[in-house]
Amino acid sequence: MLTGYVIVLASFVYVGLLFAIAYYGDKRADAGRSIIANPYIYALSLAVYCTSWTFYGSVGRAATSGIGFLPIYLGPTLMAVLWWYVLLKMIRISKANRITSIADFVASRYGKSQLLGGLVTVIAVIGIVPYISLQLKAVSNSFSIILKYPAIATPDSQATIPLLTDNTFYIALLLAIFTILFGTRHLDASERHEGLVAAIAFESVVKLLAFVAVGVYATYVLYDGFADIFTSAIEYPQLAKLLDFGGSSVDYTSWASLTFLSMLAIMFLPRQFQIAVVENVDERHLNKAVWLFPLYLLIINIFVLPITFAGMMHFPAGNVDADTFVLNLPIAQQQSLLTLTVFIGGLAAATGMVIVETIALSTMVCNNLVMPLLLRLNMLHLHERADHSSLIVGIRRGAIVGVLMLGYAYFRLAGEAYALVSIGLISFAAVAQFAPAILGGMFWKGATRLGAICGLLAGFFIWAYTLLLPSFAKSGWLPFAFVEHGIFGVHVLKPLELFGLSGLDDITHCLFWSMFFNIGAYISISLVTKQSFAEQVQAALFVDAHSEPRLQRAESLRGDASVNELITLVGRFLGQRRAHDAFAAYALKCGAKSAKELKPDAELIHFAETLLAGAIGAGSANVVVASVVQEEPLGIDKVMNILDETSQALAYSRQLEQKSHELEIATTELRTANQRLQELDRLKDDFVSTVTHELRTPLTSIRAFAEILHDNPALELSQRAKFLGIITRESERLTRLINQVLDLAKIESGNAEWHTGEIDVREVIEDAVSSTSQMFSDKNIVLELALPADLPTINADRDRLMQVMLNLLSNAAKFCRDDGGRVKVSSTLLADGLRVQVTDNGIGISADDQRVIFEKFRQVGDTLTQKPQGSGLGLPICRQIVHHFGGRLWVDSVSGQGATFSFVLPLLRAGATPTPAAAAPSRFGT
Amino acid sequence: MKRPGIHGQRLIAAFLFGCLLFNYPLLYLFNIDYRLFGIPLLYVYAFAAWGLLIALTAAVIERRTD
Repeated sequence: MLTGYVIVLASFVYVGLLFAIAYYGDKRADAGRSIIANPYIYALSLAVYCTSWTFYGSVGRAATSGIGFLPIYLGPTLMAVLWWYVLLKMIRISKANRITSIADFVASRYGKSQLLGGLVTVIAVIGIVPYISLQLKAVSNSFSIILKYPAIATPDSQATIPLLTDNTFYIALLLAIFTILFGTRHLDASERHEGLVAAIAFESVVKLLAFVAVGVYATYVLYDGFADIFTSAIEYPQLAKLLDFGGSSVDYTSWASLTFLSMLAIMFLPRQFQIAVVENVDERHLNKAVWLFPLYLLIINIFVLPITFAGMMHFPAGNVDADTFVLNLPIAQQQSLLTLTVFIGGLAAATGMVIVETIALSTMVCNNLVMPLLLRLNMLHLHERADHSSLIVGIRRGAIVGVLMLGYAYFRLAGEAYALVSIGLISFAAVAQFAPAILGGMFWKGATRLGAICGLLAGFFIWAYTLLLPSFAKSGWLPFAFVEHGIFGVHVLKPLELFGLSGLDDITHCLFWSMFFNIGAYISISLVTKQSFAEQVQAALFVDAHSEPRLQRAESLRGDASVNELITLVGRFLGQRRAHDAFAAYALKCGAKSAKELKPDAELIHFAETLLAGAIGAGSANVVVASVVQEEPLGIDKVMNILDETSQALAYSRQLEQKSHELEIATTELRTANQRLQELDRLKDDFVSTVTHELRTPLTSIRAFAEILHDNPALELSQRAKFLGIITRESERLTRLINQVLDLAKIESGNAEWHTGEIDVREVIEDAVSSTSQMFSDKNIVLELALPADLPTINADRDRLMQVMLNLLSNAAKFCRDDGGRVKVSSTLLADGLRVQVTDNGIGISADDQRVIFEKFRQVGDTLTQKPQGSGLGLPICRQIVHHFGGRLWVDSVSGQGATFSFVLPLLRAGATPTPAAAAPSRFGT
Repeated sequence: MKRPGIHGQRLIAAFLFGCLLFNYPLLYLFNIDYRLFGIPLLYVYAFAAWGLLIALTAAVIERRTD
């Protein structure tokens, strides 16, 4: 069923699916609705770290070294923990400086050095192209195995297959087309390739599912779970020893060094830098990636050992290569669908790596090798008006094809050579050489360009001598003599036991010596050489990227160039329209209306350079701009001064912010207090004016009548008596008023004297009634009492309570009907207090007036026909008194049907002394 | 994100803890012929410790207050 046609078709369908996803991703990105702006996609795309080496090679490694396949995944897990520091900083620096590759990062940090950029590119190409070949080899192997289905097969040797029938050749071609289509859409390489990242994330999912599928199959279908598989495995001695650390071929030292090596690889492999830094959409995605990516690694590795054991138990006698267990197990069991799934998974693992690595390498080659060459050979004729944008794109595409074809060629040539199959760790060791220059550059301002160059050269040279060349020798391409006896026969320079350090495996040995010389040269040369101004500025920018996100750049380049010249220059590499758009946007940001109004100052020149750097690399951009602009180099002192001033200014402004914040808080508090004071002041003014008015009225009468009496001595006696009566009454009224005002003031301010004691309410009421009985009988008002016999005593001030009763009673008398008036006084015992009511059948009080009567100086009644009969303070005082004892006073009335004044006083609870309520603040309008 | 501070310190601690978990002394201790639910102890330890480290990292990152 699984014929050749089906397999080839499936492969091309799969690659077609990749194209479709990438196309869709790019379309969405152009529409502004990106599908990859998502932390999960970011974390998945990072899994491009898992290549066919993971998919097929882990099982192969486990077959010889048991659990020794694990360190390569533990390293990235450990490094991920530190990513929050290190990778975040890298991302920020790269975004700020428009860095598009590792080579660009290094070049930019050390003063935009083209030499360093070129060096890094060369090392990367030499170290990574064989790794690409390995992926193609895996694809080819898996093709030849699956084509023999259902028979188990070992892969054929590739060299015998003619080129045009080699499936791998067509795969390589397709990958080149894919990478060109989705990796070089923009001229500005600092823009993201959204479609590509979407495709990579998809591939990560495919390979995970495929591997887990075969793992589950091996563990739960072929056997009964983990326990079963391990128990069966223990029966075989050679399997049992794989589970013991000592029995495997990995000792603790190489375990540690592999972990360390992979920690560096996850940062500095060009494909990892590309995905993690250049393609990063949002630095917050890092938060999830820090633990999601290790989780992915964990899941994809759980089933490695079970698959290994299943394979070793099913294919004894070692005639099936362990690297192929993953594919051959389902084949042996005639599971065609599973086999196809596994094959596609392996394809996904290989193609993902190849695509991303090719883009990364081609960018580096274009920006850091080809461009500088063209500039140096003056082939770009910068002073003419040629448009180079299509040239740049062409170079990049050519580089992609070149890298892929190189990889394919190496794969065909190397065949089964050791130099290919072991290339994985050798590549890791190559990119590890970038670590000192990059990590040192990010955290140590004093690292110099010369130091970086020397360190890189030393590390590269040692790596080549101790790892790369011996691998060639082991493949038979170089005479083995130099490995056995050292170069020129010098024993102490034996490549695998340099300076006599024996007992370590190849990788650990190389790692030690290359790091030793790399870091040693880097530090020592940096400490004895000086930096140029450009280097110092760049160093400050890189190292301070975390703490000073908006550090103003001090320019080391001043010059004369018109704005138009700059735009044209940039346009020659980026395309005229894009250049115009970019400058227009920048102009808007600076507050100018259009690009024409921009001043050609240092800021603008720097902006132009940064734009260019995205397309051709920082080093080349520097050269290009410098050639057009006439330089006036800034003195180093000036530059350092500017930097110093800026950091001082920043420190001051931080202090200022703090102070102003405290000030704000204080101001708000003061404002609230002020408002309250003003309110109280207004209330006081109102009160004073009202009181003076009330006092003045009786005084006016008194004075008027007194004057009349004085001026008219011949007034007749009855008149005199009448007027004197009025004077007396008004004086009494005045006295009463003043007393009440004072009383009220005292109560409200809390200065009144209260003589609280136990009193019998009934007795007080009866006293009050008898005092006023005269008044009632004068007006022919019937007074009725309804007081229960056994009222409890309450705590109150007797005099004050009397005052309340007298007031209520006199009010009732005043407003009763002139004939047939009835007043009833009753008392009831409530659950929470004692209620006393005074009811009259007078004219009643309307709802509006019910509010008014408790206001100071307010009375109700027809003011035209009736003279005011009181001071207007009686009820407010009563209310204050009742409140003081914790009770309440209110009125119920309907206009025309009399009124009932009630008050409730709280009962004396057994054993408790009621505390008087605090005097209520003056409330106008209650 | 703001300057690291306490989260940076916690992450460094997690990193060092991870280095300890996966190297010589602890690995050697778990390298014995014992089986947990039928699975060799070393295998269980490796993946359990790995999972623990991942969970620790996730906890530190997700509990950031900024």
